[in-house]
Amino acid sequence: MAEPLAVYIHWPFCVSKCPYCDFNSHVRETVDPARWTRALLSDLDHAAELAPEREIVSIFFGGGTPSLMPPESVAALIRRVRALWRIAPSVEITLEANPNSAERERFRGYREAGVNRLSLGVQALDDEDLKRLGRRHDKREALAAIDAAREVFARYSFDLIYARAGQSEGAWRRELEGALPLARDHLSLYQLTLEPGTRFAALAAAGALSLPDEEHAAALYELTQETLGAAGLPAYEISNHARPGAECRHNLAYWRYEDYVGIGPGAEGRITRSGAKVATRQTRSPEHWLSAVEAAGTGLNETFALSREEATLEMLMMGLRLAEGIARPAFERVAGCDIEALFGSPLRTLCDGGFLALDNERLVATDAGRERLDAVLAALLVKTRFSSRGCGSSEARRSPPRLLPARL
Amino acid sequence: MTPLSRIRNFAIIAHIDHGKSTLADRLIEACGGLEAREMREQVLDSMELERERGITIKAQTVRLHYRAKDGEDYVLNLVDTPGHVDFSYEVNRSLAACEGSILVVDASQGVEAQTLANVYQAIEAGHEIVPVLNKIDLPAAEPLRVKEQIEEVVGLDAKDALLVSAKTGLNVGSVLEALVQRLPAPVGDGNAPLKALLVDSWYDPYLGVVILVRVRDGVLKSGEKIRLMATGAVHTVERVGVFTPKPSSAPALGPGEIGFITAGIKAVADCRVGDTITADRRPASAPLPGFKPVQPVVFCGLFPTDAADYERLRESLAKLRLNDASFRYEPETSAALGFGFRCGFLGLLHLEIIEERLRREFDLDLVATAPSVVYRVHLRDGEVMTLHNPVDMPDPVTIDHIEEPWIRATIFVPDAYLGGVLALCEERRGRQVDLTYAGNRAMLIYRLPLNEVVFDFHDRLKSVSRGYASFDYQLDGYEEGALVLMNILVNGESVDALSLIVHRDEAERRGRALCERLKDLIPRQLFQVAIQAAIGGRIIARETVKALRKDVLAKCYGGDVTRKRKLLEKQKEGKKRMRQFGKVEIPQSAFIAALKMGEE
Ligand SMILES: Nc1nc2c(ncn2[C@@H]2O[C@H](COP(=O)(O)OP(=O)(O)O)[C@@H](O)[C@H]2O)c(=O)[nH]1
Ligand SMILES: C[S@@+](CC[C@H](N)C(=O)[O-])C[C@H]1O[C@@H](n2cnc3c(N)ncnc32)[C@H](O)[C@@H]1O
Ligand code: SF4
Ligand SMILES: [Mg+2]
Repeated sequence: MAEPLAVYIHWPFCVSKCPYCDFNSHVRETVDPARWTRALLSDLDHAAELAPEREIVSIFFGGGTPSLMPPESVAALIRRVRALWRIAPSVEITLEANPNSAERERFRGYREAGVNRLSLGVQALDDEDLKRLGRRHDKREALAAIDAAREVFARYSFDLIYARAGQSEGAWRRELEGALPLARDHLSLYQLTLEPGTRFAALAAAGALSLPDEEHAAALYELTQETLGAAGLPAYEISNHARPGAECRHNLAYWRYEDYVGIGPGAEGRITRSGAKVATRQTRSPEHWLSAVEAAGTGLNETFALSREEATLEMLMMGLRLAEGIARPAFERVAGCDIEALFGSPLRTLCDGGFLALDNERLVATDAGRERLDAVLAALLVKTRFSSRGCGSSEARRSPPRLLPARL
Repeated sequence: MTPLSRIRNFAIIAHIDHGKSTLADRLIEACGGLEAREMREQVLDSMELERERGITIKAQTVRLHYRAKDGEDYVLNLVDTPGHVDFSYEVNRSLAACEGSILVVDASQGVEAQTLANVYQAIEAGHEIVPVLNKIDLPAAEPLRVKEQIEEVVGLDAKDALLVSAKTGLNVGSVLEALVQRLPAPVGDGNAPLKALLVDSWYDPYLGVVILVRVRDGVLKSGEKIRLMATGAVHTVERVGVFTPKPSSAPALGPGEIGFITAGIKAVADCRVGDTITADRRPASAPLPGFKPVQPVVFCGLFPTDAADYERLRESLAKLRLNDASFRYEPETSAALGFGFRCGFLGLLHLEIIEERLRREFDLDLVATAPSVVYRVHLRDGEVMTLHNPVDMPDPVTIDHIEEPWIRATIFVPDAYLGGVLALCEERRGRQVDLTYAGNRAMLIYRLPLNEVVFDFHDRLKSVSRGYASFDYQLDGYEEGALVLMNILVNGESVDALSLIVHRDEAERRGRALCERLKDLIPRQLFQVAIQAAIGGRIIARETVKALRKDVLAKCYGGDVTRKRKLLEKQKEGKKRMRQFGKVEIPQSAFIAALKMGEE
């Protein structure tokens, strides 16, 4: 059976830049969709050379605002994926959409193109807060977009951002309770994060914006976990909630550290080649990316094999975000040795402290552990020495070549 | 060589800021020692730090040529002295090279603590003292009152005190004339075997080790083989000269003269201050009375905040010691702070100056542990050990008792602030010896444990007196004290760099302050962190850093992986600078910050 592969396609344009957002998203007066589509298609061709003969389990149009793409472009890209690879029968094809009316009208076109799941950036169900978040839509439009999504797509999800300035537990609880009936089987609920370089970060540094402190943020997080758990949409990842079986297949690929290719400006990929993970990264600036693809067929500017240590770190920090944790055999394939042998006493301390749980099958971060995952990871890794002998086979220790040419 | 009757050797002594350096400038100018374009303020303060802080650290000398009213030409050798008590040793040896002193008193301030201390030293050195009231140009000058004060408090005859403004130059000529008329000429025998006092020595990048000498008998010439009597080492004199204040060669130095020699000596440490220099071929029968070697009285650990700077710190300390043999250091290892040095100083100012020079001239970022004095620990078995590092404290059950050094402090303070100063001295376990008044200023004599003075006493004194108190002290023996070792425990383990020897009654307050400070500095951890202050097994203060409640990235998708991994790698790297206490890891920076914050 062919190895599974997920495909991420990045559309780097937005109508306006939200003050909290550090995604690779840009506002441009005009965008030539035909030219961009050609470039993305060409980059897909190149990705197929990097990771041939796979079975596609997911395609994800992310952004930026992919709902600004003409449906024909989306259709062309999906067609090209189908032409380059075998497609799993259960393939999930998601598109991120902003809840503005113009975009809502394209929903049917996306379905026709092959999109079978919509992810809506609602962010808030409160007009005041939507304004403060710099969004172009209001609550009414958000509700209309959710209605449309429900009508058009079998699967949809929407995003909310919480722990906003001045948001009380009561207010967030009420907003969540209002959101639950609107959801079908999936919700992404993010704590507002101050990303370096954003306008919000600058405001906060200047004292003009103050977000909830650790205790308050923890209370909001715990409230979210409880409310969603009780509603039958438990967290399967730190910020993602679904009815069992309705998880986002695409994002699961990231967290399970499965292979994916990244198409479009700034996109990253992880591809297993001869037993080692190869990382790929695209040129970030849209214009540079475009000219790179038009000149060389790809916008990739970095392709390198990860060391065993790097890959292990990535698998841990991604995998422990999931409620299901990390399967031990998968971990051993990447790390080249057994979890217990590798981590020793910090692992035991963290298990004794109730932050991690280890059984014969899996390593899992407990609820408490996931709430403090960054600290757990740091504590787990303190003493890890990847070069230590007796950990992994000699073959596993052989380090892969560091730099591969961008074109394989 | 100058005939003895035409030589006057003198020092200028003064409380800090009373105008010693400015007066020296005027005297040099008046005698044409430097051309106008070479003149700058306080020419004798050569170190950047000296100029900036307005203090003299190293003694300097200058030879002046003066034609007196009697028409004769005189050589006046001015020996500048440091004004601060920490360097009283240097004052001492400067005074030993002279027959008299000019006592400078600020006519608007009056007598201060160091005025007194310096005068006593000058009297002990057998000096003739010429009182000079300076800053007479100031409207606030009260020459009559200050004259009275000099007579009452200092006990000198001030009838003939000179009224001078070093700033405007007013009456500076009268100072020169008084030197000639009132100070005795030196005595000595040019034909006797060579006997010269080694006053000071320092390392000069161009000349090598330079020795400052005062010749008593005989003659010092270049090419001559000299012997340092204390060590027996023999060297050949390369260069003989005087400071004008620029070094300039002279054919020879005869009796009564002050000047310098170089003799191919490698290290300052080989030249003992106070030693007698004699001729190898015709040595003197007995050395001049020397000084007792100085002992550091204050110690602290100095650690580089960046471990990579350790070697540079070692080199820098070695360089500083080239010119300052009174300061000591030896390697020290701390579990909390890593590798560093235990250093000994003559006093707190000395410590501050060395620390500041390391930071400034050598660009080192340092952390200093709390200063400690030298304790005498009497053990049950009769043995006595000296201790200046709390971590060396022996097991309490083996200790019979501990003695600590005391000082006799002289404090001058305006009436209005006397109450605050008295309270401070009492709080610091002081015992009043004397309290007298001179006008509206009180002179307070207190005995205090040095331990209480090295710990922020100066700052407190400054704040309770708004800066108007002056302070001076001398060591005054050892006394038994109820001293205990206080440890700071983090999750039950002692943090060596924060251990302190304190009086039992002070322990709780200090312990609580340290615990509170650490509580704010230690970041939250997965597990709660207990911070305790303990004396032996008894906990006297406790704080808790609550466990971390939430610490996780909200979003982490395929495009975030590289960036987030790098963050994690950096965090893992940072953990190398952490110190494990049971289940938690405390960044070294927390301890550094705790020490850097100073008290309160
Ligand atoms: N008004 C006035 N100020 C003076 C006089 N002599 C010195 N000063 C000032 O007093 C301060 C301390 O002088 P300095 O010579 O450095 O004192 P030192 O610490 O005793 O060497 C400086 O700001 C001088 O300019 C004086 O005769 N009149
Ligand atoms: C690629 S982004 C947005 C997609 C779409 N352009 C939109 O804004 O609706 C995916 C989601 O990340 C979340 N997000 C972006 N920046 C965030 C921040 N600084 N803190 C928390 N969540 C954030 C938002 O919920 C957003 O919908
Ligand atoms: S949050 Fe979405 S719409 Fe806003 S700038 Fe970022 S990608 Fe664009
Ligand atoms: Mg001075």
